[in-house]
Amino acid sequence: MNAVEYAKPQSIDDAIRALNNAPAGARVLAGGTDLLVQLRAGHVRPPVIVDLKGIAELRRIEVTATGFRIGAAVAGAELGEHAQFAAEWPGVTEAFHLIGSTQIQGRATMGGNLCNASPAADSVPALIAAGARCVIVGASGTREVAVEEVVSGPGKTTLAKGEFISEFLIARRQAHSGDAYLRFIPRTEMDIAVASAGVCLTLDDKGLCTAARVSLGAVAPTALLVADCAKALIGTSLDDAALAKLAAAASAACAPINDKRGTIEFRTKVAGVLARRAATIAAQRARGN
Amino acid sequence: MAKHHVTTTVNRQPVELLCDTSETLLDVLRDELGLTGSKEGCGSGDCGACSVLMDGRLVCACLVLAVEATGHEITTIEGIAEGNTLHPIQQQFLEDAALQCGICTPGFVVAAKALLDRNPDPTETEVRFWLAGNLCRCTGYDKIVRAVLTAAAKMREEAVHG
Ligand SMILES: Cc1cc2nc3c(=O)[nH]c(=O)nc-3n(C[C@H](O)[C@H](O)[C@H](O)COP(=O)(O)OP(=O)(O)OC[C@H]3O[C@@H](n4cnc5c(N)ncnc54)[C@H](O)[C@@H]3O)c2cc1C
Ligand code: FES
Ligand code: FES
Repeated sequence: MNAVEYAKPQSIDDAIRALNNAPAGARVLAGGTDLLVQLRAGHVRPPVIVDLKGIAELRRIEVTATGFRIGAAVAGAELGEHAQFAAEWPGVTEAFHLIGSTQIQGRATMGGNLCNASPAADSVPALIAAGARCVIVGASGTREVAVEEVVSGPGKTTLAKGEFISEFLIARRQAHSGDAYLRFIPRTEMDIAVASAGVCLTLDDKGLCTAARVSLGAVAPTALLVADCAKALIGTSLDDAALAKLAAAASAACAPINDKRGTIEFRTKVAGVLARRAATIAAQRARGN
Repeated sequence: MAKHHVTTTVNRQPVELLCDTSETLLDVLRDELGLTGSKEGCGSGDCGACSVLMDGRLVCACLVLAVEATGHEITTIEGIAEGNTLHPIQQQFLEDAALQCGICTPGFVVAAKALLDRNPDPTETEVRFWLAGNLCRCTGYDKIVRAVLTAAAKMREEAVHG
């Protein structure tokens, strides 16, 4: 590792100042479960590391009448222990919980998962399906963007120099809504998604789907929000024909890599299967609330 | 740049040390404080041999910067026994021969303690999932899982009968 300086600001403003005054290549540190591995491997050599965990606002989970505000430094284990969030967003909760082991959960954050910008990041498709937004702060002010707009390619984000995510905003669960996330890995734990799907949908009183968001992971350079998948579901009772259309639309959206963990054909097929299964689980949850 | 002056608590003792930004908590535990119970199996968060508790939460010491320990309470394998009395999990690992080379053992014991502190009566499935971040190349895991379940049962018994 070659990092030189370490700063632990106590406020968002101080963090912005520290990043702004830093030479190019400075990094923010949240849980460190990606950053420390990259430092050790020599993949990154930041002159300054700015630890976000000293900022109280970034460490809290707030529930208001309209939504949840989840600080960017909240670790997986902390969010997993928030019973109300888990009850309202089981899909997001499960996706975040799939990241690594118990040890990794003690540190890993959603902001780190998103900004590390791996195409296979587990919490990302679930957050996109949930319609989550993030608050981005920086020297030129504060802006709010949809999660799907943050990552621009493997390892790349749309954040400007010195900007960082301060919190995630997720709506309160609406009536007759449900979400779910599934991934395929060769083992049962501790592996990187070969393909994944997050689904969030809303039904009307008769059980017809009125809104849907479907996101796929690990099948393209970034997680995808697939409009054709949503179209396949909206207006239907989520019958077999609609689910078959969903699966076909999901497979059609895939542009995956070919590697030893999954061929193009396999990832493309499995993305459709996962989208269908996740939609089935989301529908069960929607009917139950 | 100058070294960081870190004030922290390790196994209930106040500790002060100097470190570079690039040093991990695992580096200073082993090399500065002589607490060599925590092992480095991989240095990348995959094996769990470096497991320690940070404010009661299980973490990989290889994925925490030493400077991040400032103001936190760290518990390592050396802080698990009460004086000369082994913790029931340690005792059970010995009785059940839940170790062979022993490299993974400190991490498993610390991780198992974190589980039983939260859930005194876990199912086998819960134990296996909780310990999925601890790798063992020798035992095949079965004896480890059994030792944790037996230790949990004995600790519950102890809690009831005193
Ligand atoms: C053993 C192991 C298993 C893993 N398993 C999985 C898995 O199953 N699924 C999965 O998706 N990932 C997995 N990961 C990767 C990693 O744990 C996750 O991506 C995690 O969510 C990263 O969060 P962090 O807080 O630790 O990020 P950090 O390492 O702190 O940061 C990661 C990157 O994001 C930047 N960053 C962090 N926070 C912010 C912010 N608020 N604003 C802007 N930029 C920010 C950092 O500068 C850095 O470039 C695993 C890692 C390990 C070591
Ligand atoms: S040495 Fe830390 S997880 Fe392997
Ligand atoms: S006893 Fe050798 S690695 Fe577990």
